Amino acid sequence: MNVFNILIAGVGGQGVLLTSKIIAEAALLQGLDVKQSEVHGMAQRGGSVLSQVRIGEKVFSPIVSEGEADLLIGFEPLETARYLHFLREGGAVVYNTRPIGTIGVSIGKETYPQDIHETITKNAPRVLAFDATNVAVEVGEKRAVNLVLLGAALRSLPLDPSVVDNAITNSVPKKLLELNRKAFLAGKSQAN
Amino acid sequence: MSKAILSGNEAIARGFLEAGGKIAAAYPGTPSTEVLEVLSKEKGIHAEWSTNEKVALEVAIGGSLSGVRSMACMKHVGVNVASDPLMTVAYTGVNAGLVLMAADDPGMFSSQNEQDTRHYARMAKIPCIEPSDSNEARAYVRAAFELSETFDTPVILRTTTRISHCKTVVETEAPVTIKDRDLARDVPKYVMLPANAKKRHLIVEDRLAKLREWAETAPLNEVIEGDPEIGFIVNGISYQYVREAFPHAKVLKLGMTYPLPEKKIRAFAAAVRKLAVVEELDGFIEEQIKAMNIIVHLGKTAFPSCGELSSRTIREAVMGSAPACKLPVGGLIMRPPTFCPGCSHRGLYTIIAKLKLYVSGDIGCYTLGALPPFSSMHTCICMGASISAAHGISRGLALRGVHQKPVAVIGDSTFLHSGITGLIDMIYNGGDALVVIMNNDTTGMTGGQEHAGTGRTAQGAESPKLNIEKLCQAIGASRVREIDAYDLKGLEKTMKEELATPGPSVLISNQPCVLRYKVSKKPFHVIKETCVGCKACLKAGCIALSFVPEGKKGHVEVDTLLCNGCSVCSQLCTTKSMVST
Repeated sequence: MNVFNILIAGVGGQGVLLTSKIIAEAALLQGLDVKQSEVHGMAQRGGSVLSQVRIGEKVFSPIVSEGEADLLIGFEPLETARYLHFLREGGAVVYNTRPIGTIGVSIGKETYPQDIHETITKNAPRVLAFDATNVAVEVGEKRAVNLVLLGAALRSLPLDPSVVDNAITNSVPKKLLELNRKAFLAGKSQAN
Repeated sequence: MSKAILSGNEAIARGFLEAGGKIAAAYPGTPSTEVLEVLSKEKGIHAEWSTNEKVALEVAIGGSLSGVRSMACMKHVGVNVASDPLMTVAYTGVNAGLVLMAADDPGMFSSQNEQDTRHYARMAKIPCIEPSDSNEARAYVRAAFELSETFDTPVILRTTTRISHCKTVVETEAPVTIKDRDLARDVPKYVMLPANAKKRHLIVEDRLAKLREWAETAPLNEVIEGDPEIGFIVNGISYQYVREAFPHAKVLKLGMTYPLPEKKIRAFAAAVRKLAVVEELDGFIEEQIKAMNIIVHLGKTAFPSCGELSSRTIREAVMGSAPACKLPVGGLIMRPPTFCPGCSHRGLYTIIAKLKLYVSGDIGCYTLGALPPFSSMHTCICMGASISAAHGISRGLALRGVHQKPVAVIGDSTFLHSGITGLIDMIYNGGDALVVIMNNDTTGMTGGQEHAGTGRTAQGAESPKLNIEKLCQAIGASRVREIDAYDLKGLEKTMKEELATPGPSVLISNQPCVLRYKVSKKPFHVIKETCVGCKACLKAGCIALSFVPEGKKGHVEVDTLLCNGCSVCSQLCTTKSMVST
């Protein structure tokens, strides 16, 4: 298989890193080579966060270049739009329509773009958009947005659903497993 | 042997255990922190958060002297702090193996500069080895210890952010059993009086010559056969980028970048039509190759010294073009990092901004006070500089006849790291600044590590809790006050009083880090009917707040999923419309 490139974009604190960890773990369980790249530290404090996962028979660079991404999972609309140019022709987008204000918006210096959904659909042919935060809240854990989106993206991943399930079991603390699995399934049903 | 997907840092921790390492010491610093975080969970070794990087390296030197393999871990700027012991342990050599793991940060994801640690290896005349993925990071720790013991030298294991934080597949091995050595007693070797050091310097030069010879056949330096049209000499992550961009090219992968294998490089250069040297940051390898009188066709003139490289930038530099791709969506507002909702730094900066104070800043989450809406930091250099620089500023202003008391802002962990020496100096030398120690009971920016002031070790075990107030008093500070970091009125009153009083003052503002301690308070909400839309609360600079325009005015809304109930915004509210849920 060619290398499959995934970008996961969001805001620090949303759980972007856990989603990429599960995808990478699943790829390993499927016997594939995988590289995942993320940043820590200052960038995580409520700022833009980008995680990159590359899956294939043999992967060299851990970084996805512009125009190479097969799948963009967006945890927040603005952060989704920020990385659209990384998509290849025909690449897919799965994103959470719930916006999170920036500090510029919060202090009234900037306004959050109103046409963000149009921007995303104009730049990507295959888009799955829904309020994943709402789905997570309904499931009973607002922080499970990451598993909801993972569920919604499952169909677009070159991974066997059973290995993804095993990867979730390996990556999530035991006492939160049921809740996370529920969030995952709720996300999965969004893709149907 | 089993497979796992590990970050470079997790793999280094694994490699340390496989190599029979026993003592690990570190000060947290992105992108190096996770090595010690992983090791702190292991039994049968000593892993500690040291007070600073100099201490960490000295602890590791002591570990080596005691007879066990030892490692110190730090970020690149930490090596500056540790450089004093480094330059001399290079002379004494080691007893059991000694490794300094240093993580550079090309692209400055979370750093104040982009320095290249490899220069330290040349300066200290010790080996520098550089893995290109997690599995190598694991294996290179053992190689580093073996090299250290074989050549009686400390070894630098250098990573970059993409090595430390990328997760790649690792094949683990069973740990080796290392026979501990006896405690080293060898005065001429380990006591660096001038007479002894003069003899040791000769040994250092001789050792370097032997290391150069060893490098020629070292398995760390490997030729990947391929198209000889352009031959690439690479190190670390640039190996991956070059293989991605030019999968069929001939490549010389240098796992050891100091000292270099001259004969091997000469043979490689002779076997290719054009020679490219691809390395992030400085032209460290390139300059040495040029000094061998070998022509480098593509080097730092093609591949930038600033920021990270990528397979795309390398392809573009070599071929003159890269595959077409779309442009980024234009006009998107940025999302800079900001204080977490509930962060204890918010209240203090709200008052500092209101009083328009001159702030000498430091390294930590609170450096974000330099950004809007506070824009309240005027200098920030390195760990601990806030207090000493504020002291210098106060003396300079006094000489110029300007009556203004500058403010130093520093966190608890940074204060203990190297702020304390600045405060001793300020008190001793008649300084006149207000020092605010923002005590959130953790090392925050790196994810919440313990330090002497938290009263817990890296393992979470209880230890004597350092009392910052008493420490300041003990070094002669006569005005030391403590305050609740969420109490805006108290903060303003106390700061005004201290600013009006000549001489050094210390203000310790206390509230735990909401991330580290998972503080979860009831969110606030706005009574829409009484909110007049004056935006006073927005001065708190919190992403949980947003202004909703309605006709001529509007009102503020609170995102209750984000709000952490710190109450700072409600204290700013002019109509008591911001209330706890």
